[in-house]
Parts: sequence; C-alpha cells; structure tokens
Amino acid sequence: MSVTPPTNRIWWNERVPKSELIWVIVAFVWGLIMFFMMIYWHAYGEQNLSNEAYKITAEQFTEKTEAMVEKYQVREESGYPVVHPPPGEDVYMIARLWQWWPILELEKGQSYRLHLSSLDWMHGFSLQPININLQIHPDYEMVLTVTPTTTGEFGVVCNEYCGIGHHTMLGRIYVVDNEGK
Amino acid sequence: MATNEQYRTCQTTGLRVYQSAENLIKANAVVAVVFLLVGGLFGIMVALTRWKAIHLLPADWFYLALTAHGINLLVVWIIFFEMAVLYFASSVLLGCRLATPKMAWAGFALMLIGAAITNVAVLMGNSSVMFTSYVPLKADPSFYAGVILFAVGALIGTFVFFGTLVIAKQEKTYEGSVPLVTFGATVAAIIAVFTIASGAIILIPTFLWSIGYVSHIDTLMYRTIWWAFGHSSQQINVAAHISIWYLISAVVLGAKPLSEKVSRGAFLLYVLFLQLASAHHLLVDPGISSEWKIFNTSYAIYLAVLGSMVHGMTVPGQIEAAQRKKGYTNGLFEWLRKCPWGNPAFSGMFISLILFGFLGGISGVVMGVEQINLIIHNTIYVPGHFHATVVAGTTLAFMAVTYLLIPLIFQKEIMFPGMAKLQPYVFGLGVAGISVFMMGAGTLGVPRRHWDISQADAVLPYDFPGAANLMMGLNGMSALLAGVGGAMFIAVAVGSIFFGKKIVDSAEAPTAVAADENAAVVAKHGDEEHPAIPGTIVLVVVFFTSFVLYYFVNWKYLAEVWPLR
Repeated sequence: MSVTPPTNRIWWNERVPKSELIWVIVAFVWGLIMFFMMIYWHAYGEQNLSNEAYKITAEQFTEKTEAMVEKYQVREESGYPVVHPPPGEDVYMIARLWQWWPILELEKGQSYRLHLSSLDWMHGFSLQPININLQIHPDYEMVLTVTPTTTGEFGVVCNEYCGIGHHTMLGRIYVVDNEGK
Repeated sequence: MATNEQYRTCQTTGLRVYQSAENLIKANAVVAVVFLLVGGLFGIMVALTRWKAIHLLPADWFYLALTAHGINLLVVWIIFFEMAVLYFASSVLLGCRLATPKMAWAGFALMLIGAAITNVAVLMGNSSVMFTSYVPLKADPSFYAGVILFAVGALIGTFVFFGTLVIAKQEKTYEGSVPLVTFGATVAAIIAVFTIASGAIILIPTFLWSIGYVSHIDTLMYRTIWWAFGHSSQQINVAAHISIWYLISAVVLGAKPLSEKVSRGAFLLYVLFLQLASAHHLLVDPGISSEWKIFNTSYAIYLAVLGSMVHGMTVPGQIEAAQRKKGYTNGLFEWLRKCPWGNPAFSGMFISLILFGFLGGISGVVMGVEQINLIIHNTIYVPGHFHATVVAGTTLAFMAVTYLLIPLIFQKEIMFPGMAKLQPYVFGLGVAGISVFMMGAGTLGVPRRHWDISQADAVLPYDFPGAANLMMGLNGMSALLAGVGGAMFIAVAVGSIFFGKKIVDSAEAPTAVAADENAAVVAKHGDEEHPAIPGTIVLVVVFFTSFVLYYFVNWKYLAEVWPLR
C-alpha cells in the first residue's frame, strides 16, 4: 500500500502496467506539442509580446510623453489631452497613481510603437474589452508594436493593485477608421 | 536519549503513534483550522464586496480583508496543516520517534508568533499590500518580520521531518524503501526548503527596506524572486495533497500503487521541475526574454505537468484496481459506484482529485502559455484558477484527511456524522462555482484585486459587460455555499476534537496495517496481478479530450485580439 514500504523490495525492476506506460508516452508527447506550439506562434502567430524593454527614469519617460502630447494633441477631454499621432509613430502612455495618461487616438489597421512605463508603483495595463494585459513596472520602459484592428472606444483598466484609488485608475484609447481620408 | 519514548499502537491501522509526534500533529492541525476560520471569514467578505448588489466593505477594508484572506489561507492555514502532514508521514507512517521534538515545538511557536504579528500588522490597516507585497507598496515592518519568523519556523519543522527520516533509517523501524506517501511528503519538504530560501532572499531585504536600511528594491527582481517563494509554496501543496490522495485511497480502500516506479518517478519530476513555474507570473513583464519565458513556464518541456497527469491516472487507477480485486467487476464503472461515497475522507479526496485536474490543472497549463497569458494575466481568471488548485485541490484534500486523523491521532469519534457526510459535497460545489465564475468573469476582462469594477468615481469610466456583474454575483453565492461547507467542516472538526467521544484502546494485540481482511487481500497482490483498469482509461480519455480542446480554444481566443509584436 501507499502507506507501507513497497512489498517488493526491488520495486524499480517491476514491470510497468501497459495502460500506465501508454499514458506516460501520450502525456510526454502532448507536453512536446504544447512546448513547440509557443515557438510556432512566435514564427507564425500574430500576438507575441515583444522582448524590447529599457531601463528608464520617471523623469525621462515623462519628458518623452510630454513631447509627444505637445506635438500631436488634437483636443482635450475631461482634463486629459487626446493625442492623435501619425501611423507608425512612437506613442507613449504613462501609468501613475491613479491615471493612464494621456488619451490616445489611433487609426485602424495602422501599427504603432507603444511605450509603457510607470512613474511610481507597479500597475497593470488591461485593454478592454479586447483583453490584452501587461505588467507595467517603474524604471522599465516596455515597447511593443500594436496594430488595432477594431474601431471604437477602449478602456484601459488598472489590474495591478496600486493603493486605495486603484479602482479609479482608468484610461482610454480611441481607434478611428481613417480609410475615407 | 528519547528512544524509550512512549508510543501506542493504533487499533484500526496497527500504526505506532509516538506521543511527541501525536501532540505536534494535534497542535499544528488545530491551529491550522483556527486560521482556516479566520481566513475563510475574510474570504466571504471579499466575495460579498465584489458582488455588485451587496458591495459589503468600503475600499480600505476591502484591501485589508483581501490581504488577510490571502495570507491566512494561502500561507498560514496550509503550512500549519502541512507540518502536521510531515510529522504524520514521517513519525507515524515509519513507526519512528520524532527527531528533536523540542525543536519542532520551537518551530511551531515561531510560526504561531509570526502569523500573529503579520495578522496584527494587517489589521492595523497600514499593511494592505496583498499577499504578494509588491514593492514599492510598503507595509509596516512587522508585516515582513512576521512572515519571516513564520518561514523560519516552517523551515525548522521541515528539518525535523528530514531528521525523523534519518532516525527511522538508522533505527530500522521499516524495511526497504519508505512508503510512497512518505516519499511524496519528502518531495513536498524538499520543495519547501527551496521555497523558504527564496522567501528569505527577497523578504529580508524588503524588511530592511521597510525600516530604511536598504534604499531601493528593483520591482522586476522582486517579482522574479518573490514568485520563486509565492508560486513554489503552492507547489508544496501539490506534492502534499497528492500524497494525501494516495494516503486516503490506501487507508480507506487498501489501494496499492499500480507501479511504485511510475508514481515515484512522477513525484521526482516535481522536485526537478515544479519550481520553474514562478515564471507563470512574469510572462507579460518587461525585460525578460521569450526564451526564458518559454523554457521556464513550460517546466522545461511540461515535465512537471507530465508528473501531475501521471498521478491523475494512477490515483483513480489504483482505486479501480483495489475495487475490482474486491469483486466489483461489472461494466466500466461498478467499482466507482461502489466506492464509499458516504465516507467524507473518500468523497473529499475524490472531489479534490476531479476538481484539481479538470478545473485547476487544465486552466493552469493554458494560462501559463507564454502568449495566451496576454489575455489572462491579472484578470480574475487567475484567482479562479488557483481557487481550483489550492481550495478545491489542497484544502479539500486536507479536510478529507482530517476525517482520518480525528479517529487515528485525536482518538475521537466523528461528531455530527450526517453533516460530515455532506460536507465535502457542499464545499466542493461551492468552490467549483467560485472557480468557474471567476474564470468566466476573467475572460470578460474583470480585474483581480479590484474594489469596484463599476468605477463609480473614475474620470474616464469603462463599462464592463452585464455578464461580468452576473458572474461576480454567482461567485458571491458560490462563496457563501463554500462558506457553509467550511463552517460544517470546522463544526465537525472542532466538535469531535474537543467534545467528541473518546475512542478507547482495547488491550488487543497490535494488528498489522490494513488488518481489514479485504484490504489485506488487495494490498498483498503483486504488480503483475493488477487487473485491467478500463474505467480509469475512460476517465483519462475524457480528461485528455477536455484538456486538448480547451487548450486550442484559447489559442483561437488569442488569435482574435489585436496583433502585437
């Protein structure tokens, strides 16, 4: 029994029942398939998080973001600047207690290099209802290339606990259709 | 020398129970249950706050309650109970005196003091930093100090376990290899040493930072090392509760492993690969390469998952083999129908096995895929997953084994047997609901650790779909049901231990393990004589099909989100 020493002292020479042996092989092969699936997706899939990241200070990141806002602000909403950078441009979003700043306006089908960093604590970038989730650290700048494929208004929820105002930390991204222009 | 220490021989099992081990098992188990009660109450408050229609607590109390819930259940209840399991698996199963019982008591005292200090820090309200205490969120220094003391105490207990193994070997209290359950407990203890070392490496500097001796702690380093503690501590649970599955099926049904080699090999894979899983938490963090993520998140090439999939077959397989030996050979599932479903030790164990495999196991592997994590990270899907593993899996298995410990160690009859009989079903159903509804809400984007997803006072509000609120409401109801199940367990356990009828040892000669005639027949057969296990094969095929389907469905979901590179 499992609560007594094995009856057969040389238990490691016992024959393994066939049903178990088959299951071990199936499970091992399934593990290989799942392992190579991740590598396959890097080659052929469209949703892969970039490995690009830099060490950065809060001041440097604020500076870059403010420069972008100054250059490409198109209007203001609820005290937030709305920024519409040209396609292919580097866009920045600051995470801080308790804001995602500024509001971005992107064009459907275009790619942008999105830079994300926190000025204070850790935050969670959660784009809704698309449901893309990223961990945002202070002192690290994450850079990814994103291509919005749906238009509308999207919420950026914070999903890493960041203190008492955590639930009020929301941002916004608009995606507009610009094919008519 | 304490070699002449008093022991008694358990009448039902023939196990030799030493006084020192017995007292320590009792103390650790009782304290564990007290913290289960405390943590459970906080858990119900958390669930009722996230149920929009009730929204019980204000924000500051919500985060306090969530921190207390996490610390008391993920750490304190489980580790105290695991100490009892370790002492049982070494001293009782090997029929050996416990090594250095005084040190074991010192460890117990440190754990208790540590747990109390951390709880006080949390209740004071300035340490609502969650179970993870991510820097630069700062808790009261006593918060970290309490966790560190607790960990040191647990480490001492772990070494008492290792010491007992050495004594048993030296004093030849058993022949051949240690029993499979002791082997599994050893695996848990080895993982515990790794876990606690990682915890010390990160929490000691964090403590020094909180009192101003260290100026800065890098957040990415913190998360990387902290999860080697946080995730690995849950791997101790996996090894411990799987050992308990083997223990219960052996004691209740006389089941014998289909193959010692395969079951032990599966445990060995845990020692070698389980700890890599701390990478599961870092899949969408900056500054870590995809190569690192893929290798670690898959435990090399899913070798620890292989271990769990093997146990998922061998545990029901050995039950089927034992039942068929007893003559329940009709059709595919007579063996399963004729299992002792009215015995809460058995039903609890089997429900734990099913929920851990189907809900916890499958969801865990899927969310641990490097890319799929993008659509799951930090949503409430994550607590949905780990409530299936840690609550339905570990906690329910611990409850189930308590129904065996009460007569064996506490020598008390089970009080309220009718309630005990129902308890695993009520608790299991409640926890299954919690897991499923949180996972459902998570796929709709609902964040974890969030006081109010309707964001009443946000400048730029976002409306979650109505279904998300429905899921969170159903989660609240399931939490109440699980709470009822938990209360039933505590009533039975506390009632039996303190007010139960004493089981009197008669003067009969000590009997061998599994004196029960049927069980003995089952136990003695060699591996070659194992009957075929067609019923288990059907169960495994159903499991594997669900696994493969769910895995690829999530790739499909991922393929629908905005392209990223």
